[in-house]
Amino acid sequence: MTDVLIFPTRPARRTRLWRNGLKLSGWGLLLAFLGWSWQSAEIAPGRLVQDAGNMATLVRDFVPPNFSAWRFYLEEMLVTLHIALWGTLLAIVCAIPLGLLSAENIAPWWILQPVRRVMDALRSINEMVFAMIFVAAVGLGPFPGVLALFVHTTGVLAKLFAEAVETIDPGPVEGVRATGASALQEIIFGVIPQVMPLWISYSLYRFESNVRSATVVGMVGAGGIGVILWESIRGFQFPETCAVMLIIIVTVSALDLASQAVRKRFI
Amino acid sequence: MQDYVIRVSELNKTFGSKQVLFDLSLDIARGEMVALIGSSGSGKSTLLRHLSGLTRADARGHRQRDESGHIHVMGDVIQQSGRLSRNVRRQRSRIGYVFQQFNLVGRLSVMENVLLGHLGRIPRWRGACRLFSASERNEAMASLRRVGMAEYSDRRASTLSGGQQQRVAIARALTQRAEVILADEPIASLDPESAKNVMDILANINATDKTTVIVSLHQIDYARAYCPRTVALKKGGIHFDGATHSLCDTRLSQIYGAEAPEIVTPPHGNPVVTVHQMAVA
Repeated sequence: MTDVLIFPTRPARRTRLWRNGLKLSGWGLLLAFLGWSWQSAEIAPGRLVQDAGNMATLVRDFVPPNFSAWRFYLEEMLVTLHIALWGTLLAIVCAIPLGLLSAENIAPWWILQPVRRVMDALRSINEMVFAMIFVAAVGLGPFPGVLALFVHTTGVLAKLFAEAVETIDPGPVEGVRATGASALQEIIFGVIPQVMPLWISYSLYRFESNVRSATVVGMVGAGGIGVILWESIRGFQFPETCAVMLIIIVTVSALDLASQAVRKRFI
Repeated sequence: MQDYVIRVSELNKTFGSKQVLFDLSLDIARGEMVALIGSSGSGKSTLLRHLSGLTRADARGHRQRDESGHIHVMGDVIQQSGRLSRNVRRQRSRIGYVFQQFNLVGRLSVMENVLLGHLGRIPRWRGACRLFSASERNEAMASLRRVGMAEYSDRRASTLSGGQQQRVAIARALTQRAEVILADEPIASLDPESAKNVMDILANINATDKTTVIVSLHQIDYARAYCPRTVALKKGGIHFDGATHSLCDTRLSQIYGAEAPEIVTPPHGNPVVTVHQMAVA
């Protein structure tokens, strides 16, 4: 039985040719699509070489960085961190119930579907767009930045939280149910302990990414170091821009390292 | 007449297109220790799950009668025609359930897992906030002492062995002050020594507290050693119901078919010790 050689019969050979043809035309289509998007994005690598002189001048304008207002930069960086912290914290608080309500093994479909669609909407719009809207609504300053991060992050975390809930082991939940616990108690004792490590890890990850986002919401007037960054770029004050960018890089890297260390303890 | 703790009448259950329980009726009196045997897929687990309302029966009977599947536990309806009673959660608190896979919450401590046994009796908000009184903690500790797990109370449940987890699960049922304990293959995942230990504890609870115990088993030896009455299921119906000692080998091979030898002689080859030889402290 094991040593049977298989000779392709005529129809088999024909289907293989047909399949190969399909595969080739699939690749052709993909290439054509990539070419079309190349054109529409106006990608011109030649210009990088052509204008290399300009680039070099620009880079030279950035050095040496000008740290003369460092105290002010650090203060604004701190505000940025506070924006990220509160944006994330409010989002976590809202994402816990919303995440549970959009998990298939917890909520019935007539709750799950509407909640998921709203979360999709919150997620699909970028923080910057929300920031512009909230600046119009509540005025300039850090608060619209907090609101923008809060709204967008709620959409992201609710989805991640729900996915964690959907992978739990149903056994412990049933164990809790069998003691006569209420539905809420089933969630508190059966579900939450199981998803806690993942939830913490997702929240910390979103905090890191919100610190990065908080550095740019200022560009539309929503407070923090982004405001300085935007003003110095617009005023062609490149040494100052460089100093601000260095401060952002150092802070974000330090936070990433810190939050990785915290996350490791929970996994 | 007799004081029945569990009354099942005309229970039917279908999963998809496969019917697993057929017009099953069963009465169990207070204080009995009953073995539920049958080959895999005979409906043992499904029957036990119905008794605690973890699974709902078919709304209509086998012959499309109007009503089917009444289950009374301690005089109250727990489910009827596929609908759970409104008070099912309160009723569950009087029924201890022991699972094959223990179903403890792995990331909670042993103590917290046992405290869950109070949830059905104390106010909902207090349970949800984990506010357990000192006397409730003492009671949980007493349950742990009874199953010999007191010194593990601070350990995470997931760090225990299978036999230890099962004893914690029994302590949880004790904390519930359960009047009935349903044990679904409690020893199927355990080594012979832990299995004997768990069965001894269940027999002790039955003997000293007069708690009704229904235990589904895969090995007939344990039924013979611990349970005066045996109910044998075959293809979703009751094939035998009576005194365990009258269950002869011919009857067994009818129940189990080809599986019989493996079930009568456990693979480890240890003859199971007689019941009340060992009293649990």
